[in-house]
Amino acid sequence: MKKLTAPRIDRCIGCHSCSLTCARLVHKQISWDTAGIRIKSSGGLTTGFQAIYCLACNPAPCATACPTGAFSQRKGGGVIVKKKLCIDCGECVTACPIGAVSQDHSGAVYVCIHCGRCVDFCPHNCLEMEEVKTAATAEEN
Amino acid sequence: MIRDHFRVLAVNLSSRKGEIVHLDGRNSEAGGSGLAALLFNKYGLPEHPWNDPRQPVIFAIGPLTGYFPLMSKTVCSFKSPYHDQYTESHAGGRSALSLFFANLDALVIIGKAKRLCCVSISSRSLEIKDVSFMKGMTVDESGKILRTISKGSGHRTTLRIGPAGENGSAMANINVDTYRHFGRLGGGAALGAKNCKAILIHGDAIFPGIKNKEYNKLFEKVYQQVTATDMMKKYHNLGTPANLQGLNDIKSLPWRNLQATSDPAIDKINGERFATDNLLRNSACSGCPVGCIHVGFVREMFDANHRYTFKQVAYDYEMIFSLGTMLGVTETRAILNILDLMEKAGLDAMSGGVALAWATEATEKGFISEKESGVRLSFGDAEGYQLATEMLGNGVNDFYRLLGQGSLKAAREYGGVDFACVLGQEMAGYATGEVFFAAQSLGFRHSHLDSGAYSYDQKHSDQDIRGAVDFLINDEAGRAFMTSMVACLFARGVYKEELLADCLHSIGYPELAASIDPLGKHIQKLRWQTRIATGFSPEGTTIPKRFFKIKTWKGPIDPDYLNNLKSEYGKAIMGLAGA
Repeated sequence: MKKLTAPRIDRCIGCHSCSLTCARLVHKQISWDTAGIRIKSSGGLTTGFQAIYCLACNPAPCATACPTGAFSQRKGGGVIVKKKLCIDCGECVTACPIGAVSQDHSGAVYVCIHCGRCVDFCPHNCLEMEEVKTAATAEEN
Repeated sequence: MIRDHFRVLAVNLSSRKGEIVHLDGRNSEAGGSGLAALLFNKYGLPEHPWNDPRQPVIFAIGPLTGYFPLMSKTVCSFKSPYHDQYTESHAGGRSALSLFFANLDALVIIGKAKRLCCVSISSRSLEIKDVSFMKGMTVDESGKILRTISKGSGHRTTLRIGPAGENGSAMANINVDTYRHFGRLGGGAALGAKNCKAILIHGDAIFPGIKNKEYNKLFEKVYQQVTATDMMKKYHNLGTPANLQGLNDIKSLPWRNLQATSDPAIDKINGERFATDNLLRNSACSGCPVGCIHVGFVREMFDANHRYTFKQVAYDYEMIFSLGTMLGVTETRAILNILDLMEKAGLDAMSGGVALAWATEATEKGFISEKESGVRLSFGDAEGYQLATEMLGNGVNDFYRLLGQGSLKAAREYGGVDFACVLGQEMAGYATGEVFFAAQSLGFRHSHLDSGAYSYDQKHSDQDIRGAVDFLINDEAGRAFMTSMVACLFARGVYKEELLADCLHSIGYPELAASIDPLGKHIQKLRWQTRIATGFSPEGTTIPKRFFKIKTWKGPIDPDYLNNLKSEYGKAIMGLAGA
């Protein structure tokens, strides 16, 4: 089981290619909002950039908060999203401690599903898919 | 968003109301440069002065904005305070994607606010805020406040002017997201005349994906070309400053107000030196993975007890030319310090530097003195130039106010017309020869990017007037189409006509894809007709004597060739415009 990480976000140039890719390839939209990873400047352009994405909590507070089972716990952290079950209540948005779940004007929510599609579109190699160390793999190591 | 027409927001600062306008012309004016000209013809008043409150300031993007890499520029058009004619200036930053995600093809600002204001828009909002407290505020100060009073961090563009724009300087820029600018020909003053300190655009719209399967494949192909091949390497490696050494080597780099075209001191301020000593990091315009913005770092000890302050300043070839070689300043740190003050004042650093170079030679020759300039100007004296930059930006006296209208205007008053390095506006950093001098003199934007003239000069030592004029006219038409998409012109080697057609086709613009060549010519003609209607004539621009007295890699400038070239180019422009 892998999860998205941004170990070299200090190299980010703010091109938004990751967000645009996620929206384009995962959510089939043209947007820099409806994406599982979003880039913002951290206190103005002179201080670099910050990537907002799901940090793969386990247990995930957004999954706990979800009243319909649209968000359920993903093995190794993060959530499995079943859009058909979502009622656009936004509880997950409120529950996420770092603002990683975004909501569009219609109420639909977007979160990183740790698919890694964005990784290849980062020109400075800021992003990486990392194997999650579960209890079993920790013992094996 | 993909649509068969243009969706434009026109904001009237006098009535404090906005209007959404749906305009035909997608398949004839395309967007960007074409759309900007179309809008000036709708809203502009050709025969009225640039600062008439009714005149528009226009920001336009194109059909490929947001859909492909490096389609990351915005065209700003206005009646210029520099020559009181129609012009364009281009910038990136987040401006293009923010406008795109605000669900607009263009934003038009008309009217004049009673008090200094900030226009704030998104796809679902329009607000005109009173920001009288920002009067006289530098670009960095206002930027910090604007960020705190607006939402959309990361997904908004912050356009603002500095004191120079408020003062009506014809060299005032519009700063875009700190590191980019609508730099040339006084866009800052055009906004200042409207009491408009800033424009905030939050891009918060979401558009449907492209159903055509070819689109994603094509996007990936373009992305690979611009990131995984060497096609864009020169722009993200040393960046444009890489050209300093090369142009100096072929005696084509202006030094000390163009009194020389080469100097061994270049090794102190060339691209390698900046990258090694001052490059802090790279940055990018939204939607561009190249990251050509080179942010330089200067650390200054302001107190003997190791108390430091630091500055981050984005540098490029042109600023190192205008504030370095042109002023005889040969320390990277010193150049960045002057540039920092140009930025804060909201001055175009190219024009400002070249103007100070003229003022320095005028001082040497006794046309002006400290009485006018407030400080003794001397080539190489960086501290003097820092003081002069602040005085120029603030327009502290008659001399600086006139200099801010253009070196040639100051020279006509104080003397020194012969050595004012002005080719339609303050020269760009290319003393490559006759073709560039003629091209910048008469170019649509008086920009080195109107056509590849400086490149043509470096490849042709023969004197072929017909060939050179044909090149300038044809190259300009191709670029007019590019800037209607709106592509970054650094991508012109990637986006050849065939690829542009594929891109347009993939997202549903088959008519545009099928008519790139004629549309480029049509937009070129429309832009010239618009400029001519505001007073342009080729005879209105003269080339000062300094340009006839230099030596390039081809040898001394040939006055007859330069004069004939300019004359024929002027005729060709008027011919294509049907004037």
